[in-house]
Amino acid sequence: MAKSGLDAEARQGLTLMAPPFLYALVILAAPLLTILTYSFLKDGYLEVIREFTLDNYLQVWADPIVRKIMLRSLFVSALVTLVTVALAFPIAYYVSFMVRPERKSMWLFLITIPFWTSYLIRVFLWKVILGYNGVINSTLTGLGIIDEPLTFILYNVNSIVLTLAHAYAPFAILPIFVSLEKIDRSLLEAGRDLGESRAMTFWRVTLPLAMPGVIAATLIVFIPTIGDYVTPELIGGGKIPMIANLIQVQMLALDNRPLGSALAVTAMLIVAVVSLIFLFLNRRFLKVRQ
Amino acid sequence: MTETRHDVLDAARPMIECQDVQKYYGDYHALRGINLTIREGEFFSLLGPSGCGKTTLLRTIAGFEDISSGAVLIDGNRMEEVPANKRPTNMVFQSYAIFPHLTVAQNVAFGLRRDPRGKDEKARLVDEALAMVGLKGYGARAAHALSGGQRQRVALARALILKPKVLLLDEPLSALDRKMREQMQVELIKLQRQVGITFVLVTHDQEEALVMSDRIAVMFEGEIAQLDGPEALYARPVNRRVADFIGVMNFLPARILSENGEGAKVEIAGLGEVDLPARQISRANADDEVVIVGFRPETMTLIGPGQPHTQPRETGATIDEVVYYGDMTYYDLRLDGSARLDGGARTVRISMRNLFGRDVQDVGTRTRLAWSPGSLVLFR
Amino acid sequence: MKAGMFRGSGLRLYALFYLLFLYAPILLLPLFAFNSGTIIAFPLQGFTTDWFGQMWENATLRRALGNSLTIAVSASVLATCFGIFAARASTRFSFPGKGGIMGFIMLPMVLPEIIVAMSLLVVLLGVGIELSILTVIFGHTLICMPYAIAILSTAFSSLDKSLEEAAYDLGETKWSAFRLITLPLVMPGIVSALLISFTISLDEFIIAFFLAGSEPTLPTYIFSQLRFPKQIPMIMALGTVLVALSICLLAIGEYFRRRGNARIGGKETGGFL
Repeated sequence: MAKSGLDAEARQGLTLMAPPFLYALVILAAPLLTILTYSFLKDGYLEVIREFTLDNYLQVWADPIVRKIMLRSLFVSALVTLVTVALAFPIAYYVSFMVRPERKSMWLFLITIPFWTSYLIRVFLWKVILGYNGVINSTLTGLGIIDEPLTFILYNVNSIVLTLAHAYAPFAILPIFVSLEKIDRSLLEAGRDLGESRAMTFWRVTLPLAMPGVIAATLIVFIPTIGDYVTPELIGGGKIPMIANLIQVQMLALDNRPLGSALAVTAMLIVAVVSLIFLFLNRRFLKVRQ
Repeated sequence: MTETRHDVLDAARPMIECQDVQKYYGDYHALRGINLTIREGEFFSLLGPSGCGKTTLLRTIAGFEDISSGAVLIDGNRMEEVPANKRPTNMVFQSYAIFPHLTVAQNVAFGLRRDPRGKDEKARLVDEALAMVGLKGYGARAAHALSGGQRQRVALARALILKPKVLLLDEPLSALDRKMREQMQVELIKLQRQVGITFVLVTHDQEEALVMSDRIAVMFEGEIAQLDGPEALYARPVNRRVADFIGVMNFLPARILSENGEGAKVEIAGLGEVDLPARQISRANADDEVVIVGFRPETMTLIGPGQPHTQPRETGATIDEVVYYGDMTYYDLRLDGSARLDGGARTVRISMRNLFGRDVQDVGTRTRLAWSPGSLVLFR
Repeated sequence: MKAGMFRGSGLRLYALFYLLFLYAPILLLPLFAFNSGTIIAFPLQGFTTDWFGQMWENATLRRALGNSLTIAVSASVLATCFGIFAARASTRFSFPGKGGIMGFIMLPMVLPEIIVAMSLLVVLLGVGIELSILTVIFGHTLICMPYAIAILSTAFSSLDKSLEEAAYDLGETKWSAFRLITLPLVMPGIVSALLISFTISLDEFIIAFFLAGSEPTLPTYIFSQLRFPKQIPMIMALGTVLVALSICLLAIGEYFRRRGNARIGGKETGGFL
């Protein structure tokens, strides 16, 4: 056995792994490598010229419009992540610490149900709620609280943030909940026993122990929101495009595949860098715990 | 004239033979040349600390692991090409591996699926097997609702219903609590006597191995260190490591004064000069250059002041520590003159049964220790 | 004690508001679906079921639904099959490069969908494969696979390895041991993986939008209709039906999961995810 290089177990494992791996290789790796290659090629009119260049990346970084959209995407998704996680933490804490054990799964069920309804319709309904004569405005004017409909809640970054915070709520709650559930309750009692106040116990014991969940939640929310296409399109009314919309425009509408590819690669790099930072932070936290 | 169990086993044919069995996991050498013969009808144990290769050896016999070289024979047939599902062995797993989605009866009948016998006949066999392990009438129960001890019995019935030539047991009692474990030990012995099948047990619990086995192979780091019956293993361990692993043994440094084919004259720290016959000398201590003498705690006796005794030797000592267990008391003793050999004072541990009328001695008491050279083992 | 109670009730109030926030859009759906007014705004007009009738008669919608079901069923079955392979390989065997391969297969979970869609599109156009629901199935299988693997890995890893060995030891072949023991025990996981993949695929917009060519799917159809105010009441009706259906589907899934759990005496552990 030792002679054949791979033992029977490894060969069986690899054989089993082959179908999904080959599938991912063809459907994922090949396309990703293609756009990586494209991003270094020149754009001719309606075709891609096979000539190495860094122009696309220079353009991505130098063009003020592209840079503005990039920064906006980063800003919006950072804000969405912050709002979503901040709103989600108390809920996760509530379900984990305040809800009786036999009712926890019902609460989780309640939290996840909205997630299973059409994303597009959910996003659209926020437009209905926030719109010029939407639910909020018509209620408030109806009650005589305001005379003019509020406009700061539609077609701007605020509305995008609110909508996305809603869309990704379960993704933030569940990992935090899981990490809170793992905390040994006697640690909290020990914290109290050692003379810490309730708030200090939370700050010094609960929060650090929940940190892996918070970081997971942050990543899970951040990554899809930075690439979100639908919400800027529907809620932003197309007036505040984000990076996904830009990629789509370059790739299809303007048919500049090299530039579109460079944008996509840059977006992936940004996601990767942010993820690595958070994973590094997570490792720091884990180290402190040990 | 009736034959003793020993006589029967000594005359029995070999059931399992391992011939220079080697097993590598990558670079890791898990089994380093195992040679071993297990006889028909024997209750055999593989004993050792975790990672010593005992479970690997059991799994190579069962056919779950390929061997890198060597041969395993069961009932005289080479097993290299025989997969686990075709071997005349069945296994009781450490976790019992009771199929949770089946009833007790379905679990027990599982191995009969390919058996051509009729439904009624199979049902009768299942009832028989359940009765044998003391689970009569449990057939319709859901397997996941059983207690640990009951799962163990179902696992036994499920394996024994196929009438294997060898039953392999992988730490079958380790998941049970102490009371249950002791009860199951006795039941397993009885069951083995009743069915007459060869049992091979893997355990890390030396007491369990001593209680249940006809013979025990003590394994360290992929090798068999000693293969003997329980009494021989306990009384004459081949090296310090085996002695340490099985029961408690006291060790004292010693110096060989003279030696010939008959035996040796040694000076022992705290015990003085002693003549030891050859059978009390163990030479399997190659890695351990220091000469030491060992003895078991129960082989020496504390003697009150002026109390007579029948032992040939006695030594003065002071009580350092007393540990009271109810039925037993352990004394840690500092032996007079034990520092004479190499300058270090020695304490030894002695166990005394708390017989009626015998008082427990106090810490600091001056006392005497009565002993016989026959209880000593010399490791060199 | 008093402070604790106050804190608890404050959090409870917050939790109720949060639930209201989560459910606000969904509560509005049926209101507008049964509202006779054509404008989606308050005050509501009268009660009507016209929009449901309109929805039922809409041929494009029916075509979109058919396409979506075809895609979702194919993608979920494919993703779950691949998931079974990957989950079994990763939980049962150790082999060189396992971490890397698994990480790569799980990558779509952390990759913005627009990038998956765009890169696939570029390749498909480059190779000259015509866009159809087949190309959407390819994309959806890819993004559903990580979810299926995550669920199935949990199911497989909670299985005692010696169960299969015991069946093998009792005379079964490797395949029949898998079929008789492992498969029934991971069945709840397989059902969950199918359901979740199905739901993800049914609701997926971006890949379908770019890879379906001229074929509509439910989300792309909805997206195209949201531009026309006249069509929106019908979309609300459609949304109501979809919500009702997915709640039913979830309840069925939860029922099977609990039954499967009870059958093997497993512990109650949280909800669907």
